[in-house]
Amino acid sequence: MTRRRKFVAGGVVIGVALAYMIYAGVTQSAVYFVTPAELQSAPAAGKAYRLGGMVAPGSLKWEPRTLDLTFSLTDGRATVPVRHKGTPPDLFGEGRGAVVEGRWEPGGYFKSSLILAKHSEEYKAPHDATEASSKELLRTLRKAGQ
Amino acid sequence: MIPEIGYGGLIAALALAVFGSVAAGVGARTRRSELVQSAQHAAIGVFVLVTLCFALLVYAFLTFDFSVRYVALNTNLGTPFYYRITAVWGALEGSIILWTWMLALYTMIVMLRHRQTSGDLYPWALTTMLGIVAFFLLVMTIPAPPFERLSPIPLEGRGLNPLLQDTGMITHPIALYLGFTGFTVPFAFSLAALITGRVGDEWITTTRRWTIVAWYFLSLGLLIGGWWSYHVLGWGGYWAWDPVENAAFMPWLTGTAFLHSVMIQERRRMLKLWNISLIILTFGLTLFGTFLTRSGVIASVHAFTQGSIGAFFLGFLALVVLTALTLLAWRWDRLHAQGELDSVVSRESVFLLNNVFLVAAAFTVFFGTVFPLLSEAVRGVKVSVGAPFFNQVNIPLFLALIFLMGVGPLIAWRRASADNLKRNFLAPVVIGVVAALVLRLLGIASALAVLALALTVFVAASITVDFVRATRARRRLGEAVLPAMGGLLLRHNRRYGGFVIHLGILVITLGITGSHAWSVQTETTLKRGEAAELAGYRFRFDGLSATEESNHVKVSGFFTVSNGRAGAMTLQPARKFYPQEQAPIAYVDYRLGLKEDLYLVLGDFARDGSQATVKVQVNRLVSWIWIGGLVLTLGAALAILPERRAR
Repeated sequence: MTRRRKFVAGGVVIGVALAYMIYAGVTQSAVYFVTPAELQSAPAAGKAYRLGGMVAPGSLKWEPRTLDLTFSLTDGRATVPVRHKGTPPDLFGEGRGAVVEGRWEPGGYFKSSLILAKHSEEYKAPHDATEASSKELLRTLRKAGQ
Repeated sequence: MIPEIGYGGLIAALALAVFGSVAAGVGARTRRSELVQSAQHAAIGVFVLVTLCFALLVYAFLTFDFSVRYVALNTNLGTPFYYRITAVWGALEGSIILWTWMLALYTMIVMLRHRQTSGDLYPWALTTMLGIVAFFLLVMTIPAPPFERLSPIPLEGRGLNPLLQDTGMITHPIALYLGFTGFTVPFAFSLAALITGRVGDEWITTTRRWTIVAWYFLSLGLLIGGWWSYHVLGWGGYWAWDPVENAAFMPWLTGTAFLHSVMIQERRRMLKLWNISLIILTFGLTLFGTFLTRSGVIASVHAFTQGSIGAFFLGFLALVVLTALTLLAWRWDRLHAQGELDSVVSRESVFLLNNVFLVAAAFTVFFGTVFPLLSEAVRGVKVSVGAPFFNQVNIPLFLALIFLMGVGPLIAWRRASADNLKRNFLAPVVIGVVAALVLRLLGIASALAVLALALTVFVAASITVDFVRATRARRRLGEAVLPAMGGLLLRHNRRYGGFVIHLGILVITLGITGSHAWSVQTETTLKRGEAAELAGYRFRFDGLSATEESNHVKVSGFFTVSNGRAGAMTLQPARKFYPQEQAPIAYVDYRLGLKEDLYLVLGDFARDGSQATVKVQVNRLVSWIWIGGLVLTLGAALAILPERRAR
C-alpha cells in the first residue's frame, strides 16, 4: 500500500466511524417537539417527546412530602396530564408557558423527567400586586421566625 | 442630548470606518502610503468615537436616563452601582457596542504594532478589520440602536435580569468577546495573504501571538461561563450543551485546530490551504454564533432577542464566506504544499489527526445545534438532540484528542523510528497502564472514568519525561537544576507554554471526569428540625428567614450540615423575589472543596417556615475545572511572551 493510500484509507475509516457515531447518537437521543394536540392525536408510548404548552389554570398540584408535581399542559385545543417528580423550577406556574421532556405512559399521562420553564424576556413592569405579595411574604416569614 | 451625541458618534464612526477600509485598500493597491496613513488615522478616530459612545451609554446607565429605551429595559432605580455598569452589556444593543469597542481596540493595536514591520500584508489586514468594524457599526445604527429614545419617558425602568446580577457577568462577556473579536486579527491577515498572493507563513508568524491571545480569552470566557452557570443557575452543572454554549464552543474547537496546524506550515510548508480555511471557518463561526444567539432562530435559555438582526448577521456571514471562497479559488494554484507527509508515524500526521478530530467535534456540535432546524426543513417534524447526543459523540473524540496530546509534542517529525518511539513513550505508556490498574484496584467501576484518568496520567507523564530530559541536558552543560528549568521555560516559552496549557486541559479533564462519574444528588422535603443524609453528609432544616435587600426580598433556608469528620456548618440557600420578575430566582449556597463541593438549592417552602424542599448535591472534583483554568492562564501567559530562541 502506498503512503497516500494509507492516508486515504485512514480518512475513510475515520469518516465512516464519525458518520456512524452521529447516526447512532441521533437515533438514540432524538426528542420530538409536540404540542398537546399533536401528542393526543397520535401518542406513541416509549418515544421521547418535548411537549410544550401552557400550564392549565387550576391544574397544578404540588405535594412537597412526596415531591409529586402534577399539572396539565394545554394549547387550547387539547390538554395533556403531566406527572413530574421534583420541585417546580423557577418561572414555572399556572398560566405560564412550559416545555416538559419525557415519555407518554400507557396509563394515559405524560411522565416528565425535565421541566424547562419558558423564560420570556418580557419582564413584567413592577406593579402593585407583586409588590404587595412580596411585602406580605416578608411579614409572614418574619413573624414565623420570631 | 447625550443620546443624540451617542447616535451621531456612531454614525461618524461608521463613516470613518468605511473610509478607512477603502483608503487602506486603495492605498495598498496603488502603493500610495499617504492613503494608508490616513486609514490609520481613521482607525484611531473610530476607536476614539466608539470609546466615547460606549462611555456615553455607561453614563446613561449610571444616571438612570430612562428616556433611552435600552437603559429603561435593562436597569431600574434599585439596580446597585456596579450592576448598572455590567447591565450596559447585559442585553443585545450593549453587547454589540462592547464587541465593536473591542474590535476597534484590536484594530488600533494591530495598526500600532504592525504598521512598520508587516510590509504588504498589513494594509489589507487593516482594510478587512475596518470593514468588519463598519459592519458592527451598521448593526448599531439600524437593527440594534443602543441610543434609541423612548416616549413617553417611564419613571422607572424594567431592571436587569436578576440572573445577570452576578460578578461572573462582569468578566464572562468581556473574556468571551475578547476571544471572539481576537480571531478577527488572524482572519484579517489570512485574507490579506490571499489578496496579495503571499500565502507563505508570513501571515502566520505575524499573527501567532494574536491567535494565542484570542484562544486564551475564548477559553477563559467559556470557563467563566461554566462557573456562572454552576453557581448561579442552580441546576448543579456547568455545561448543558445549550445552543449558546455551543455557539462559543465551535470556534474554540476550530481555533484550537488552527493553533496546532499552523505549526505544521511553519515547519514543513504544508497545509497552506487548510490553515487559511480553518481561520476563515473559525471567524465565520464567531459570526454564526452571534447570529444563533441573537436572532432567536433556536430556542435557548439565554437567546435574547428576535428581529432583523438575524438577517444582518446571516447576510454578513454569507458575504464573508463568499469573499473568502472567491479569494481561495483565485489563489488556488499558490496554495500547494511544498513538503509532503513522509510517514503515518510522524508528528505531522499526529497533528493532522488532532485537526481531523477537532474539526469533527466542531462539526458534530454544529450538527446537533442546528438539527432542529434541519429536521424541520427536511422532514417537517421538529426534533432536537440533547446532551446525550453531544456526550455520546464527543467523548470518544475528546479521549482520542487527549491521547494525541501526549504523543504529538514528543514524536519525531517526518518519520518516527522504533527507537524514537521507545525512548519517548515507553515510560509514559507503562505509567499510564499502571495508573489504569491502580484505579481499577481502588474500585473505580466506570470504565470510561478509568480510561479518561489513565490517559490523563499518560499525557502528564509524557510531558514530565520531556521536561526532565531537557533539564538534564542543560545540567550537563553545567547549570543548576532551578536555573536550568527556568531557562527552559523562558527560552522555549512557546513549547513549554503549550505544555503548561496541556497540563491545564488535563486538570480540567480530571474535574469533568470526576463530576460526571461520581456526583450524587437528592431532593427532599424536610420539616423544621428534620434531617436527611447524602454521601456521608447529614443535613438538618432549621427554619427560614426573610430579609429585604436593596432591590429584592430574600428568603433563606437554614441548613445545618455535618459529616463525621468536620464540625457542623450552616448553609443558607435562598430564593430571591424581585418585584419585576414573574417568579423567584434560586440562590445557591455551596462549600467548595478539592475533593467535592456541597451544593444546596432551596426549592419550594411553606410560608410559615415549617417545611422546605431542598435539593442537595455532592459534586465531585468540580473545583479542578477552575484550577485547570488558572493553569491554562499561566501557560498562555508563558506562550505569549516574545520568543527568545536559543541561537
